[in-house]
Amino acid sequence: MKSAVVVFPGSNRERDMLYALELITGVKPHAVWHTERDLPDVDLVVLPGGFSYGDYLRTGAIAARGNIMPAIAKAADRGVRILGVCNGFQILCEAGLLPGVLMRNAGLKFVCRHVKLQVVNAETDFTRKYERGQVWNCPVAHGDGNYFTDTDTLARLEGEGRVALRYAEGTNPNGSLNDIAGILNERGNVFGLMPHPENMIEPLNGATDGRALFESVLEAVA
Amino acid sequence: MIPNVVPVTPELIAEHGLKPDEYQRILDLIGREPTLTELGIFSAMWNEHCSYKSSKKWLRTLPTTGPRVICGPGENAGVVDIGDGQAIIFKMESHNHPSYIEPHEGAATGVGGILRDVFTMGARPVAALNALRFGAPEHPRTRHIVSGVVAGIGGYGNSFGVPTIGGEVNFDPSYNGNCLVNAFAAGLADADKIFYSEAKGVGLPIVYLGSKTGRDGIHGATMASAEFGEGTEEKRPTVQIGDPFSEKLLLEACLELMASGAVIAIQDMGAAGLTCSAVEMGAKGNLGVELDLDKVPCREDGMSAYEMMLSESQERMLMVLDPAREKDAEAIFVKWGLDFAIIGKTTDDLRFRVRRHGDVMADLPIKELGDQAPEYDRPWIATAKPETLSPASAPAPSDVGEALARLIGLPDMCSRRWVWEQYDHLIQGNTAVGPGGDAAVIRVERQKKGLAFSLDVTPRYCAADPVEGGKQAVAECWRNLTAVGAEPLAITDNLNFGNPEKPEIMGQLVGCIQGIGEASRALDFPVVSGNVSLYNETNGKGILPTPTIGGVGLLPDVAQRATIPFKAEGEAIILVGETKGHLGQSIYLRDIAGKSDDKSAPPPVNLAVERRNGDFVRTEIRAGNLTAVHDLSDGGVFVALAEMAIASGIGARVKPETALPLHAWAFGEDQARYLVTMPEKDAESFMARAAQAGVPAARIGVTGGSELTLAGATPISLVELGVAHEGWLPAYMAEGAEL
Amino acid sequence: MKARIKVTLKNGVLDPQGKAIEGALGALGFSGIESVRQGKFIEVELAEKDRTKAAAAIDEMCRKLLANTVIENYAVELDEK
Repeated sequence: MKSAVVVFPGSNRERDMLYALELITGVKPHAVWHTERDLPDVDLVVLPGGFSYGDYLRTGAIAARGNIMPAIAKAADRGVRILGVCNGFQILCEAGLLPGVLMRNAGLKFVCRHVKLQVVNAETDFTRKYERGQVWNCPVAHGDGNYFTDTDTLARLEGEGRVALRYAEGTNPNGSLNDIAGILNERGNVFGLMPHPENMIEPLNGATDGRALFESVLEAVA
Repeated sequence: MIPNVVPVTPELIAEHGLKPDEYQRILDLIGREPTLTELGIFSAMWNEHCSYKSSKKWLRTLPTTGPRVICGPGENAGVVDIGDGQAIIFKMESHNHPSYIEPHEGAATGVGGILRDVFTMGARPVAALNALRFGAPEHPRTRHIVSGVVAGIGGYGNSFGVPTIGGEVNFDPSYNGNCLVNAFAAGLADADKIFYSEAKGVGLPIVYLGSKTGRDGIHGATMASAEFGEGTEEKRPTVQIGDPFSEKLLLEACLELMASGAVIAIQDMGAAGLTCSAVEMGAKGNLGVELDLDKVPCREDGMSAYEMMLSESQERMLMVLDPAREKDAEAIFVKWGLDFAIIGKTTDDLRFRVRRHGDVMADLPIKELGDQAPEYDRPWIATAKPETLSPASAPAPSDVGEALARLIGLPDMCSRRWVWEQYDHLIQGNTAVGPGGDAAVIRVERQKKGLAFSLDVTPRYCAADPVEGGKQAVAECWRNLTAVGAEPLAITDNLNFGNPEKPEIMGQLVGCIQGIGEASRALDFPVVSGNVSLYNETNGKGILPTPTIGGVGLLPDVAQRATIPFKAEGEAIILVGETKGHLGQSIYLRDIAGKSDDKSAPPPVNLAVERRNGDFVRTEIRAGNLTAVHDLSDGGVFVALAEMAIASGIGARVKPETALPLHAWAFGEDQARYLVTMPEKDAESFMARAAQAGVPAARIGVTGGSELTLAGATPISLVELGVAHEGWLPAYMAEGAEL
Repeated sequence: MKARIKVTLKNGVLDPQGKAIEGALGALGFSGIESVRQGKFIEVELAEKDRTKAAAAIDEMCRKLLANTVIENYAVELDEK
């Protein structure tokens, strides 16, 4: 699988993501600087975690208007898989590639801890290597992960199986609506989540539960 | 604009923190009255923070070399060889006074400063830790300071992208008006690609890189060396604001620039920004420096030379670049969107010359600014050697089990989860042991080996006996690194003391440095970088002497590491080291027995025993013989057992064979001890190996169950212990919730 | 021309920062506070002299970047310098 990681000023988990993708796919991913206007020919585009533009104005807001974004929107239209993790999820929402917005955590503090994620939909390109209902361990590290959207959109997301991951067992760290941890776009090729599966891939991380997410995409594009 | 030539009155001299005899020294040196800019430059260079004038004599006595030391004190940070052509670069620095005045920004810029120290030398930061000391919990400002400092550290480190993986948090009334924020950072670099501040070559451009200069923190370095008194809280407007986003760009730009081969010398602008950095670069390289301040990127209009030379605006660097590579360098600056400007050049006349609007505002001998800084042999009085308290004379609790349940939930003993969950301790994906362990451990990126980090000091020991306290701080750090399986390599020290002009305070400083020196020599644990923070007093009363030690250790195989939690039921628990029931200066005596005025001796440190016991434990860890390891410190055996049990959810049954009073055995703080576990079947051979190595070891119990049971004390459920341990800090912070 | 832009959360969107301020004010002894909402204040200096054109430009800036209209409202005041 060929992949690319988009780097914005202030991205800071791009190295984690590049490492995870190389480890799991066996192919070195491209790092694409935000000023580019074209993407390389890849199967997966990842917007990594971080504090693009310092989280100034709103998280993800400035990056979402960057040079590279129209190319990402076009790739999404062609059906290329797009994955946004943490700040990447915030950017996808701000860019309108996913509905809703990530607000300040309900506890008003940055939270870094391990949470439980429940697989709500195991038939997506990003979760097919998990079992439906499976609960797995994953770290979060964010100050703005409180997912919010209007009632109609929420009903659609739930009704269409687009809430792929939920915080389980009372571990919601941020107060998100319906314990939402990760959502898909309508077509199912754009996925955003707050937790960091790229930091849960080796025994060193305590468990390897995050690998299946990348392996899902690997299988989906094969 | 502030005029440059002003009458130099005694008041003006005093406002610049200079003593009359120091001013006389300036007159003798330059043969005329200084201009205002020059006076500012001298005050910055000659204050305690930059010149170490009170401590230098004693710092020289510390061992700073060793087979692995690539660069010791004197640069931005220390550099130590970790094999495979790699080096670890680290330092710790205080940001105490700024953090008291504006906790969030003070702590944030402290983190920013130490990160810059590390990446200035060519290293990518891989770990941050911090040692924090706050006033008594009931003091009205404490909660506000805790909240701001923690948010500030998290806000900066999280955004910058370095894992904050450990440290210390303590409370004591002596910090009521003067909190301590000691920030540590470590970075990785190739051992043959380290960058230094020494300028080389005449007529080379001096380049300014990073954020624009404003009036932030003017005289911050002078403030950092001034005693706190009534009215200091008015100094708020001068506090610097941190911008982690700019710092992250600066990091990436610097590393790219260094890789390009364009950098000849580099120095970050920390305390007294442009002044200290420019003087240091020139003086180290035996060169003069000429600056044209009109070229400096400014954020505010009408800044005078005086203000520009003393501004402490953050996220700025000064470098000497290879003129042939100027275009490459420029492309990198532009890519990262950073302000840069050529603001001067190196010269061969050894003068430090500063121009503004074409006029020379300062013209000083560059070497003498540093070399001729005053150095004091301040009078000191050694702290009287305290008496040792016998175990029998320490009051016993009604029940040792109940005492443990209280102890584990005390402000100084409870879980720090509320703090470290606000720090991203997982970023970079290499965290092997995060906050809450004896030492934090990271894997070296894409390698098998690991690095361990620990910050330690027990200020109440240092107050009672500075020499033993200094030794203990180093020994405990060494022990914590050992307890995870690491070979201790080197340390950085952050010496926080009161007013050195008082002989008894100076005596504490001298004593602690003596103890640190002894221990680091005995343990082959050299001091490679450090920082001194003096005048930590409020209204004339000093803080507890707090020489924080930050240690770095190496694990050849990160998979071969030891951790605190018990791993299985039915395993043997063995106490390594000798237990004498030393309760003098213990947490038990202070907080449970209520002897807050305890003047007795802290536990003595026998460095040979420390080394022998530690080397044995490390060997056992590396051989894969141990399932859990915990060093013993505050609260002694029983607290350590409780921590191992809480962390694992597995209880223990313990029955000591001892003639000591039970509370002295349980809570005594004798040094050089560890708790270790292993499968029952391996215990016998372990005991034999310990005996062979001459290491005292005692089987004290077995893991298992859902309670902690000590023969002779009421059993306590792990649930109860867990609630007590986790409860205090969140409840305390929630009481006065604020933004 | 100077534009003063107020960005506030829409009614019905939870404002945890506002709630915290409300709590803190109560703790400081201020009574009778019915609710607190917080927002952002942004000043933009424009070269444009024409009021209508300036208003249109600012409105576009708000929609495209300065406010997230999923959760935020904005109000603009224009001042001739």
